[in-house]
Amino acid sequence: MKKLLNDPADVVVEALAGMAAAHPDHLRVDLDHKLVLRAGSPVSGKVALVSGGGSGHEPLHGGFVGRGMLDAACAGEVFTSPVPDQILAATTAVDGGAGVLHIVKNYTGDVMNFEMAAELAADSGVQVEAVVTDDDVAVQDSLYTAGRRGVGVTVLLEKIVGAAAEEGQDLATCADLARRVNAQGRSMGIALTSCTVPAAGKPTFELADDEMEIGIGIHGEPGRSTEKLAPARDVAARLVEPVVSDLGLERGESVIAFVNGMGGTPLLELYVMYGEVARLLEDAGITVARSLVGNYITSLEMAGCSVTLLRVDEEMVRLWDAPVDTPGLRWGG
Amino acid sequence: MADLTAFQSWIAACSESITAHADDLTELDRAIGDADHGSNMRRGMTACAALAEQEDFSSIDAYLKKVGMTLVSTVGGASGPLYGTFFLRLAGPLAASEDVGAREFGQALRAGVEGIVARGKAEAGDKTMYDAFSPALDAFESTAGSGSELAEALRAAADAAAQGRDATEPMVARKGRASYLGERSAGHQDPGATSATLLIEAAAKTLS
Repeated sequence: MKKLLNDPADVVVEALAGMAAAHPDHLRVDLDHKLVLRAGSPVSGKVALVSGGGSGHEPLHGGFVGRGMLDAACAGEVFTSPVPDQILAATTAVDGGAGVLHIVKNYTGDVMNFEMAAELAADSGVQVEAVVTDDDVAVQDSLYTAGRRGVGVTVLLEKIVGAAAEEGQDLATCADLARRVNAQGRSMGIALTSCTVPAAGKPTFELADDEMEIGIGIHGEPGRSTEKLAPARDVAARLVEPVVSDLGLERGESVIAFVNGMGGTPLLELYVMYGEVARLLEDAGITVARSLVGNYITSLEMAGCSVTLLRVDEEMVRLWDAPVDTPGLRWGG
Repeated sequence: MADLTAFQSWIAACSESITAHADDLTELDRAIGDADHGSNMRRGMTACAALAEQEDFSSIDAYLKKVGMTLVSTVGGASGPLYGTFFLRLAGPLAASEDVGAREFGQALRAGVEGIVARGKAEAGDKTMYDAFSPALDAFESTAGSGSELAEALRAAADAAAQGRDATEPMVARKGRASYLGERSAGHQDPGATSATLLIEAAAKTLS
């Protein structure tokens, strides 16, 4: 393992301290609870957005704390859900009196810990709604699995719902919008390499030099199948087709197209992939209303990418375009 | 009959056993999960084992509740809420007890296992910790029901847990992260059933 670390056990807290030092205008951190909190929070009268999950997916979630996106992010250990105490502390810290929306990626541990925290928050009088993202088409959504995983759509949802909260929409409206975004988005990913959890010290799975893993998640968990590496145009088709088909996208519809790097793939390659994705969508008569390309929900140093398509209406595009000012995503006035 | 000191010895034995097997648990989790079960459980059980020195407990149930809360706040993942709920519920039926015999422990074990099911919604054969806990509970109840003492019932429970753990190897996971692998989860022993067996084996060595 070659990593820039001091003690692997301190990686999360030291990274949070570094974030606070780098972005004092956007955020502050609570190192005891491992929270990233929006500067100036709680914002009185605004619905607060709280998300969180295991560390190792940066910039998600802490990098999306700031105006127009999240109010707080809870950082778990690497690839491990945060615990209820942390989530409760974040929830009470940023509640501005208009309630708190929990944005939870669908993993067994995350869902259980956020549920326990929501029960505790309700006991202390904070109004909480929870939305679970589950957009990964690599997993069959059935009674016989833990359900589809929450991946790329989480980034788009945090931006769009963050804008709605910023313009003063209430908790029920924000929660409805969040569920609508989740329902209209799907993702699929591939890995070219595994990743190494600092505390484990060796790669989570094995992949030969000429192989790719199709249908990976964001935790170095193996995917659905291992195949021979193919040219970018073929890989793009392997990712776009199941997403388009699962969403039932038809000619004339509009999407936000998101090509996300897993952490170890250069932007040069991500743009090659985006070019292929855009061509496939054009051939299918699907309009790209907006696009996003870069490393936004990563899996440590894993090489690979995911494609997320979100079917959008005018309202979602308007909220997507609204100003956002966070370490990880920033545009508009 | 097991008193507060015996329960504290149980938790100390859990911590020792989990620490000794932490790398094995992580290795099992690497195959079908995300390679963190050993380190997460070691962190949680170490914190639990330290409780007896940090605080004076007035009763078995207060102690077990604190163990449960400590696991919830230190383990993370799904194992934190699941094992945390197990110990929190285990405490319930022991509220008035200073010395716990087979009958009371059986009630507590049932409450603990039912708590795991309520939190995790797992069924037998899903390839989870429940596949060790469920046969352990059955074996405990049938052994205690025929008049055996706590130690003997726990030995039967530990043997049944180990068999249940071994039986997870060919199963296809239907809960938790391993379920994403589908058929590829078969052929690997479940890490949760493995750690659950360690906790029950530790009980068999310390509670009598």
